[in-house]
Amino acid sequence: MAYSDKVVDHYNNPRNVGTLDKSSQEVGTGLVGAPECGDVMRLQIKVNPETQVIEEAKFKTFGCGSAIASSSLATEWIKGRTVEDAMAIKNTDIVKELALPPVKIHCSVLAEDAIRAAIGDWKKKNGVAENAPAAVESAK
Amino acid sequence: MATVTSQVEVPAGVTLPIYMDNHATSPLDPRVLEAMMPFFTNKFGNAASRNHSFGWEAEQAVETAREQIAKLIGASAKEIIFTSGATESDNLAIKGIAEMYRERGNHIITQVTEHKAVLDTCKRLEKYGYRVTYLPVKADGLIDLDDLKRAIDDKTILVTIMAANNEIGVIQPVREIGKICHEKGVIFHTDAVQIIGKAPFNVIQDNVDVASLSGHKIYGPKGVGALYVRRRNPRVQIAAQIDGGGHERGMRSGTLNVPGIVGMGKACEIAMQEMDTEAAYLRGLRDRLKEKLESALDYVHVNGSWEHRLPGNLNMSFVYVEGESLLMGINDVAVSSGSACTSATLEPSYVLKALGLGDDVAHSSIRFGLGRFNTQAEVDYVAAKVIDIVKKLRELSPLYEMVKEGIDLTKIEWQAH
Repeated sequence: MAYSDKVVDHYNNPRNVGTLDKSSQEVGTGLVGAPECGDVMRLQIKVNPETQVIEEAKFKTFGCGSAIASSSLATEWIKGRTVEDAMAIKNTDIVKELALPPVKIHCSVLAEDAIRAAIGDWKKKNGVAENAPAAVESAK
Repeated sequence: MATVTSQVEVPAGVTLPIYMDNHATSPLDPRVLEAMMPFFTNKFGNAASRNHSFGWEAEQAVETAREQIAKLIGASAKEIIFTSGATESDNLAIKGIAEMYRERGNHIITQVTEHKAVLDTCKRLEKYGYRVTYLPVKADGLIDLDDLKRAIDDKTILVTIMAANNEIGVIQPVREIGKICHEKGVIFHTDAVQIIGKAPFNVIQDNVDVASLSGHKIYGPKGVGALYVRRRNPRVQIAAQIDGGGHERGMRSGTLNVPGIVGMGKACEIAMQEMDTEAAYLRGLRDRLKEKLESALDYVHVNGSWEHRLPGNLNMSFVYVEGESLLMGINDVAVSSGSACTSATLEPSYVLKALGLGDDVAHSSIRFGLGRFNTQAEVDYVAAKVIDIVKKLRELSPLYEMVKEGIDLTKIEWQAH
């Protein structure tokens, strides 16, 4: 299978690889996928409690090149966004950006899930209701 | 910033890309090409043309090839039927025997790690009222002979079990299987594609009745194969599956692929002469590759029996690294993976799963298929490159990090998707 240049670029130079302190109040961790399915993504965010802006995003992924690229791109996109804004990222945006073929769409779905799981974890830690808008209006 | 790009130096004398996928197909030996060339040009006759020199010339060449092939497997030339390849040979053997011996019984025995050409043929026969037993394999990939003995009943007409597996290179106890079949009066067919020219295989000593052979796995051309059909003790009969001009003693009609057949014959002749030295050479390369990988990396293991294995096969899992991402990192080396992402069905290798390996381990597997034209310098480069990329991908792997922290991955509630 031929990979798009963008997938190859993210694979060769993955952005934001790493680990944040899981126990920190400001850090949300999303772990999605399963080893037996051949892909596991862990995406972590560090959120500024004042502004709700995602100041740090890190990932580690076990999976194919497209899964690595999808999660790498996801961290790039959410960094600097507010939590609310990050929730707006759709897997179809990732598919488009990376020119993923149909068999690799599930990689983008997993990346979207990872973003949501990380934000969900952060919300839970910080007592923000799952569905409630997390944005603090005054902070904007 | 982390980077997966490899900086491994290419040693002198190594040209990229490196081909190390010889179970899939093998390059044509230049000596084979040389033998074939005249049959593409001035020696173009139809081997079935009985009344002119063009036909005689082609027929003579075909008969020479028949003898070369027969000699490699200990058969006589009359027992070799030419086909378009081993998939056709498997189909012809299994369907042809099932049809011919229908009155004697309807039970066929095979095993779970067979090639799809055998498994899917058996599945089709099930639709037509045949009963098929799929024997399991042990963790080393070998069948249990007691399972086979127990599976044979008075309706069993055929046992079809491959000689060597195409993914893990594991060699089945063919001689013992054949012996059991002969004691019970059951025909024994074996898909011998991977074993011929690589490890000893003799239809008489190994009690084989019918064997599928291929040209392109032994440095011959694609599009040509053969079926060995025993003519005495017992005489095996096969119902034709392709009707027409009655070629190949009525078992397989169709104008013979003369250049292909000449090439397969020549490939068998070379294999016969060089197998012993070549096997030792390949074993040396393969062991070198394995040792280098094992000494530099943790959480790697060989899939399938090490003892009963083709000399050129190394199937290894690099746990916590997904196979397709590893292939992407070593894209100047041609190998295969058991990862789902590399298969058309998006399912991980059924062969590795049959060994009892978890899907996660199957996803992490790479098959190295060493062949005649691989060199030690290539092995050294491939080893260095794989080590480099596995280490980099493990820096990216949440699973490797978790295991290193002492987390038991089996205790985590994964969200399968």
